[in-house]
Order: sequence, then structure tokens, then C-alpha cells
Amino acid sequence: MDPLDSLQAEAIAEFAAIDNPDLLEQAKGRYLGKQGLITERMKALGGMDPEARKAEGARINRVKTAVEDALNARREALREAALQAQLAAEALDVSLPGRGTGSGGWHPVTRVRERVCELFAGIGFEVADGPEIETDFYNFTALNTPDDHPARSMHDTFYIEGSDRLLRTHTSPIQVRFMQDNRPPLRIVAPGRVYRVDSDATHSPMFHQIEGLWVDRDVSFADLKGVVTQFLQRFFEREDLQVRFRPSFFPFTEPSAEIDMAWGDRWLEIGGCGMVHPNVLRHVDIDPEAFRGFAFGFGIDRLAMLRYGVRDLRLFYENDLRFLRQFV
Amino acid sequence: MKFSENWLREWVSPRGDTEALADLLTMAGLEVESLEPAAPLFSGVVVGEIVAIAPHPDADRLRVCQVACGAAKPLTIVCGAPNAAQGLKAPLAVVGAKLPGGLEIGKAKMRGVESFGMLCSAKELGISAEASGLLELPADAPVGADIRQYLDLADTVIELKLTPNRGDCLSIAGLAREVAALSGAKAEAMPAQDPAAAHAEARGIAVPAGADCPVYLGRVFTGIDTTAQTPAWMRRRIERAGQRCVSLVVDITNYVMLELGQPLHAFDDAKLTGDIVVRRANAGERIALLDGSEATLDDSFLVIADGTGAQAVAGVMGGAHSAVTPETTRVFLESAHFTPGVIAGRARRLNVGSEAAHRFERGVDPTLPARAMARAGQLLVELAGAQSGPLTAIRQPLPQRAAIRLRESRANAVIGVALGSKTIAGILDRLGLAHQKNGDAWTVTVPQHRFDLSIEEDLIEELVRVHGYQQVPVRAPLASLGMPPRGESVLKVAGPAARLALRDYQEVITYSFIDEADETALHGNAAPVRLANPIARQMAVMRSSLLAGLLGVLRGNLAHRQPRVRIFERGRVFLGLGETGGVAATDTAAQQPERLGGLVWGGAVDEQWGTPARAVDFFDVKADLEAVLAPHALAAEPWTGHPALHPGRAARLSVAGRDIGWLGELHPRAVQALDLGRAPVVFEIDLAALPPPGVANAEPPARTPAVRRDIAVVVDEAVQWRQIAAAIAEPPIEFLQDVSPFDIYRGQGIESGKKSLAIAMAIQDTRKTFTDAEIEAVVSAVIGRLVSTVGASLRQ
Repeated sequence: MDPLDSLQAEAIAEFAAIDNPDLLEQAKGRYLGKQGLITERMKALGGMDPEARKAEGARINRVKTAVEDALNARREALREAALQAQLAAEALDVSLPGRGTGSGGWHPVTRVRERVCELFAGIGFEVADGPEIETDFYNFTALNTPDDHPARSMHDTFYIEGSDRLLRTHTSPIQVRFMQDNRPPLRIVAPGRVYRVDSDATHSPMFHQIEGLWVDRDVSFADLKGVVTQFLQRFFEREDLQVRFRPSFFPFTEPSAEIDMAWGDRWLEIGGCGMVHPNVLRHVDIDPEAFRGFAFGFGIDRLAMLRYGVRDLRLFYENDLRFLRQFV
Repeated sequence: MKFSENWLREWVSPRGDTEALADLLTMAGLEVESLEPAAPLFSGVVVGEIVAIAPHPDADRLRVCQVACGAAKPLTIVCGAPNAAQGLKAPLAVVGAKLPGGLEIGKAKMRGVESFGMLCSAKELGISAEASGLLELPADAPVGADIRQYLDLADTVIELKLTPNRGDCLSIAGLAREVAALSGAKAEAMPAQDPAAAHAEARGIAVPAGADCPVYLGRVFTGIDTTAQTPAWMRRRIERAGQRCVSLVVDITNYVMLELGQPLHAFDDAKLTGDIVVRRANAGERIALLDGSEATLDDSFLVIADGTGAQAVAGVMGGAHSAVTPETTRVFLESAHFTPGVIAGRARRLNVGSEAAHRFERGVDPTLPARAMARAGQLLVELAGAQSGPLTAIRQPLPQRAAIRLRESRANAVIGVALGSKTIAGILDRLGLAHQKNGDAWTVTVPQHRFDLSIEEDLIEELVRVHGYQQVPVRAPLASLGMPPRGESVLKVAGPAARLALRDYQEVITYSFIDEADETALHGNAAPVRLANPIARQMAVMRSSLLAGLLGVLRGNLAHRQPRVRIFERGRVFLGLGETGGVAATDTAAQQPERLGGLVWGGAVDEQWGTPARAVDFFDVKADLEAVLAPHALAAEPWTGHPALHPGRAARLSVAGRDIGWLGELHPRAVQALDLGRAPVVFEIDLAALPPPGVANAEPPARTPAVRRDIAVVVDEAVQWRQIAAAIAEPPIEFLQDVSPFDIYRGQGIESGKKSLAIAMAIQDTRKTFTDAEIEAVVSAVIGRLVSTVGASLRQ
């Protein structure tokens, strides 16, 4: 074999055998360094006649290029191998759980409250609030339920010792307070805690209601039906939800209705509503000839029970984290 | 209110079955709460009569009866009941009968004797829960008659949940009137026959309280047969109405009340002295009532008195002294109208249950007393063999019911749909409301039994009720659109509670009322707002802090072995009643403020791989609060004022100089008392005290990075970071943007009683880069401040 060719073969074979980048650079020196075997050959060209130098020079260059290519390829291969080794060494068990803090969450009653407020905000209802220790006036009298009215026995009221105050039995007093401070037209929802002397699987001495009120120049019972029906269909995300209105009695609305919805194979009572009683409007100096209103109320806990399939109301107040975390 | 469907159908019987009737009532606002069959389904049971009875040849406890049942010859029945006797009439289930529970009767050999049926107890027929033997039927029961027909068992007990405005429906007659109006079926008239006076005995009656009692009728009945029993048909109707049968006279008064709606009261005439006086009670007047209780009255009560004193609380309950007993032979029967105002709430105040008061406070038709007196008299004569005296009646003019103006335009506007004059007039007719139209408006006269109708809205409700709520369209309302004001401060994503939920806190909701012991020990409140009528000792006072509730949740969850608890609650606390009891808005904010409370117990993070386990501490929670209250800068000062907090690890928190709450570790004593193992870190923030976050006034970030310089100073152990921060902050040092401690060191190289603080400074000029001299000037200024204010020395 031609010595030059064998030099090329030798260099390529040597590079290929080297696994270490430093040794590869040393090997490069042996062929391509200042005193390298190929460099020496180039230097030797000086002593040749022009014709032979040209031919030999081209030959050496070809060999040099081939050796350099082999070197570069080997360098690249070693870098790639090193990277692969590093990547392999750095591999994680990605199936391990994440580290650090988790997330908390809202109580289901709060979730439902916020959701209801949001749905009503969509048609311009503001959120109103009021005290939980109330006066007899706001809880009953201003709502057209004077002393000794038989309707008072519908509510088993908690009273405050040594005082005529009570724990509000419904969120309706907020209506009165809001109408005292604001003139119609007005639209509010008023969520909050309410209290009644009652305790079993479906009654808690403390529970939550949300009250709605719309007072304007021209609202009607048909509008009330529209708002309540649409709310329930949106809340339960069932456009075909059947809602029915059944005559009832509340001292502060007339006509009054119980709201039932079809649930499984039966009707379920889900709230109460009605046109605001003229006496209630008069109590807050709103002329019932000029304005009419409707009001409605739902039990937030009850909505939450139906929405989330909770059968025992008491679960909401036991605050067992294993229960609450289902709503995160 | 409960009643027998068959009884109602005697008065009015609309088409359709029980379900249809129930639906009619419910959808008219007379909500049917339950439908209970009077007896479960069974068949093949007839009236049997034991015509002969003989011992069983092979069983001591069985007997062999020959029972007549209308067939050609008596059947042989083997029976073990102790009360089986010759001549007894009892239900007989013949071969092929199906009893409740699916038992089918066939021929059976009992110890060798063939039995062709079974004599039954009330329990076996499902009409009573208990039975000691065969159901004994009256001697006049027709042998062979179907027992369901004979005992009127094909009946349903309907229970209504009547609203307080419909007192007029608290009777069969009232319901019949309503059902007729709703269904169009015709109601029977059912007149009563007033018995003629058989003697002249009467008792004088005076009604000084005429305004409370516009009608008072009294009549003396004598010669009552004390052996007479309440007939089975009356007994059944009373019992199906959910009431107890007492004695014939009392049963008759109850029956008439159930039938007509007029409460009656029968006094034992022999126990009365002198004239009857209907008057207001004297203050402190006492009376022993029928139910065994003792009442002390005042002048808001009306009483029926005789010469010796009050004999009844009018319209509520009779007195024990003149109560009718099974030995009573003379009765003074009262049928009166008491106005709702003088009865309302009175039974509740005396803590007695009273069917009479239940009706009178809702309003009883004042024209009813005469009819009820006649009906009761008729029954007393027919069933108790009584002789009637003459009727004594004291009447005042009845209060006139003002006519109501009903505008068609108003009705249309309220309902939201035009019913049309014809429909409206038709509904008024059906309800028995006399009317006359003039232009847009009707003048409507209301009958005496409708106490709930006095204003135009009452009539509009009747129109839509009878027309049908379901007939009213469901409409999306039209409104002028206006955006409600919604400030930056109500941005939900920015609320502290929302941020807590994102920082691994779970919201809880606890009761607003707690145990007084907790209120005292944990909240340090010796004068809590107490409930007058708590349902339990543990729920007796209103909380003045959220702490006790959160600790309760912690304990509950530790019982379930939760390793880590991070919870918060947002809710009102109750500090007092204030001047106006929360009537004014300002007072509500002060006395019933809304708080945000939190509790953290256990590891700083969930136990996990790759993170060393570490108990959560004060500063972890402080960081949470700093984050959730941002952009407010939170300041903390040491605080020893809370009885349930570790005095060395508690802080009052403030924002911009306003006190907003507290943060601390639970006191070791409380940790031990509650058996918590380790101390939770707890906090409470007064949400209303937080200044509104305001609107950010944005500045562009500096082009150049801040320069950082660190120093270490040695200070006394007692020197707190807030003093250092304050010394550096005021007056401001130019270019100094931020200082923060990054290491605190005690031990080797530092004198005991001192600590070394490493402080990082961020120095920045927003316009240009610094010279070293400028930077050094800032550092020197900081060191100078610390040396002069907190006695710091630079650590070498």
C-alpha cells in the first residue's frame, strides 16, 4: 500500500479507537500538529520539482482533509456520547410526586354561594349584606309579620338573653335594610348565615340562605318565574329542568309561591318567592303604586346538597377535611 | 291538618282519585304533606260471629270455633286468641283472603283439626300497631259484611300543611268549600237541625269584653247518658284527623270543630257557679288548665269566668275545675267568636297546644257559632240522650269588612299577563266573592270566613292561584341595563381569603354559637352575648373570635388522624349588642365584624420525599399572611394580651398603623388542655379594618440592576428587627431601596447575650449607575444609624 494511504488509514483507525477527547487531541498532534506526520510530508514538498510537488501536494491535501474529517467526526461522536452519558446519568423518576405545598380549597357552601352570586351578577344583581344578630323589627315587623302573627311560629327563633334581639331566621331583613338605604330600581342578592331552633339530618341550627330582590317600575310574577326558572336551570346546568310554582304564604310577599323542581321521579321544594308585599315597600317609603318588586330565597346548603349529592346536612358543619377536600 | 278523604267526599266529591284530589289541593296552595291509607290493602275479610266454641282435642291453647259468616253454615276455625268466646264478633279471613304483608289464607290442619280461615286481630289487618287478641266488633255488626266496608277502611288520611293565612280551611266544611271552588264540583249543604228546647234551664251570660267576643252563645244540656259511647263512625273520623277520643261529650265538641271549623267548649254545668262573664283576665289571675298546667294570666288574655273566677282561657283552653268528665250529666256548651287579636300568640305564651287557639288566631267565621251550636246540640240529643235548654245569645254587631277595590289593570301588571274580565269575574264567583265592576275596577265584598282577604294584592293572589300559577308565562324580564359599581377593592381574586385557599388552606364553616367555657378560656370574654334559648350547652353563647371553632375543627380532624391541618374560616364574630343593637350600619360593623381566622398544625409541608420534615412555625404562617395581605405591608409587635396565645410568640398585626388582628402560637397550657401534642399557629384578621387596597400607580422598572451590599452587625439579644428596620427607614436614606436580614447567628465568636445579624441592602439609583463612593456612603449611613440607635457594632 502506498505509504500515504496507509498513513491515512492508520490515522483514521487510531482516531476511531480513542474514547477520550484529550487523547484524541494528542493523536491529532501526531498527524496534524506542527511536527505531525502529515505536516512533515507537506514540509517535504519543498524539495520536489514543480510537477511532482503539485501532484504530491494534491495527494497529501486529500489525505489531510480525510484525516481532519475523521477527527472532527470522532470529536462530534465523543461529544455526543458524553452528552448521552450525562443525560442518562441525570434521568429522574418522573413518577415521583411533586414537592412543596399543595392547594387548599373552599367549603362547598361557599362555592355554591359564590356561584349563585355570579349567576345573578350576570343580570345585574349586586351583593348585599347585613347583621346576623337582628332586631325583631327587621326580622319580622318590617316584613309584615307583626307580634303574635301566626307566621312567627313558622320560624323557631333564637333570642338573645337579656335583650329583645334575635338571630335572624332568614336573610330577608337584608332586603329591608337595603331598601332603606337605596332607592329603586334595584336588584340585589343577599347571602348569609341564618339560624333556627332545629337540628336533625336535614336541619341545622345554623344554615345559609340567599335572598334575591328586584324592585322596579314594571316587574311581574311572570318575570319572577322567568328569573327563578332560568337560575335553577343554569345552576344545575340542565336546560330541561322542570320548575313549578305552587301557591304558598309568606307574610312579606303576595302572591307567594313555593318553588319546586323535578328531581328524580318527584317534586322537590327548593325555595320560596313572591311579589313584594305592599306593606313591606311602605315600611321603607317606597310607593307600591309606583314600584313593584319580587323576592326569592333559596337555601344555599340545600342547593349544595343537591348539586354535590350530599345526603346529610350535618356533614357541612363537621368540617372533616376528608369530606371538604373533595371540593378543592 | 289531617282528615279522612271519605269524610270530605261526603261533602264534595270532585272527579278523579285520591292522587288527583291531592294534586288539586297542593297546586292551590293547600300543600298535601302525606297520603296514608286508613288500612293496608287486604281482601277476603268479613264480619264473623263465633256461634260455638270448644276446646281443641290436642292443644291446650287452641280452641275450635264455629264461625258464622253469612254462608249456608258456619265455618270451622281453629283459634288461639284468649278473647275468643261464643257470641263474639270479629274479622274473619276466609279461604282465599289476602292479608297485609302478602299472607294468603288457605285451608290448614292445626294439630289435626282442619281450619277454614283465620279470625284476625287489628294488628293482623294492619290497622293498629298493637293487639292483644281478636279485634272485637260491635254486637250489631252485620255478619258476613266485608270488613273494609264495615270499618270504612277504604279511606285515605290526607295531611295538609296549611299556611297560616288559610284558617278557613281548617275544617271539612271549609275544605269542601275550597275544593268546590277549585274543581267546580258541587258542595253539599249539610244543614244541622237545631234541637228544640226541652226545658227552660239556662245560665246568665254577660260579655263586658264585647269587642273581643262579638258573639257568645250558651246552652245548657241536661240528662246526659253517661253510659253512651262515641259511635264508631265518629271515633274513626276523629282518630283519622289525628286526635284522641276522650268521652262522648268532648268527642262531639271536637267532631263539630273538625266538621265546621268552629271550636266549642263544654263546661260541666254542675261545677259552675252563677253567671258566665266573658272578660279580660286580671293581672296575676291564675287558672289550672285541662292539660294539668297552671297558668298565670294578665289583661291581654280573655277569660270565661263564673261567680268564683276564671273557668277557661277563652279560645285557648278550658280550666280543670269545670272540665267535663265521664260522670258529667249537665253541660254548659259554649259556641263563641273570639277575635284573632285576643287569641293570637296566647297559646304559645302559655306553652299549651290548642286546636281552638290555632283556629281562632287565624280567624274563624263569626257567623258559624249558631250553626255549630245547632250541630252539637243535635248530636248531644241523638247520641247522648241530652235534653236541650233554650239558647242564650249575646251578640255585638260584627265588624264590617270594607269592600276591596280590584283594578284589572293592576292585576294584569302584577301577574304579568292579562286574564281578561270574564276570567276574573268567574274566579270571584267561584270563591263566593260578591263583585261589581265599574270601569277598570271591581268592588269586591269578602265573605266573613276569609280573614286573609283585605287588600287588592290579596285578591290578585286569589286570581292567579285559582287560575293556576302554572298558567302564568315564564318570562325573561326587561330591564334597563346599568353596570353596578364594582370597585377594585371587591376584586375577588385579590381577596385575602381567596389567596389563603391558594396557599394550601382549606375553608371551614363552624357554628356561630359556642360553649361558654371556650368563650371564657380561649377568647378571654367573661361577658359574652348569650342565647336565651340555646339548643345545647355547647352552643350557648355567640363567639367573639373564630379561634374556638377552628380549634374544634382541629380536634375533630386529629381524631381522624389527620397528620396536617391548615384551615381558615371567614365569618362574623359577636362582640356585644351596641347602642342600637346593630340597627345602624356602623354599629353592625363594630359589634358584628367579619373576621378571617386561620389555624395551621403539623408539618410545614405535607410529609414528602426529598424535603426534610419540619414543623410549621410562626414565621411560616406570617409569610402566608404577608402574601395574602399584599400589597399591604404587615407590621407585627410583640403581644402578651391574648389568654390563649404563647406570650413570647404572639403578635398584634397592623397595616399602615391600623390594628388589623393577631398571630401567634397557641399557649402551651391550651395545647395541653386540648391534647393537641404540639402547638398550632393561629391568627385572626379583622377584614373591615384592612384599608382598601387602592389602585396601583405603576412605575417602570429601573434600567439598571440594584447593587447589593451585605453587612453584619452585633446587637443585644433584646433588639428586635422592627427597631432596626425603623432606624434605617426614618429618615429615608437616599438610594437605599430595601434592607432584609439574611442570617441571624449566635454562638462562637459572639458575646453571650448578643446576636449577629447579617443584613442585605439593595441600593439603586433609577437614573444611572453608581460610583463606589456613593455606594459606600449609603452603607456608612446605615451602619451609623444602627450604631447610634440600637447600639450595634460592626462585626469584623
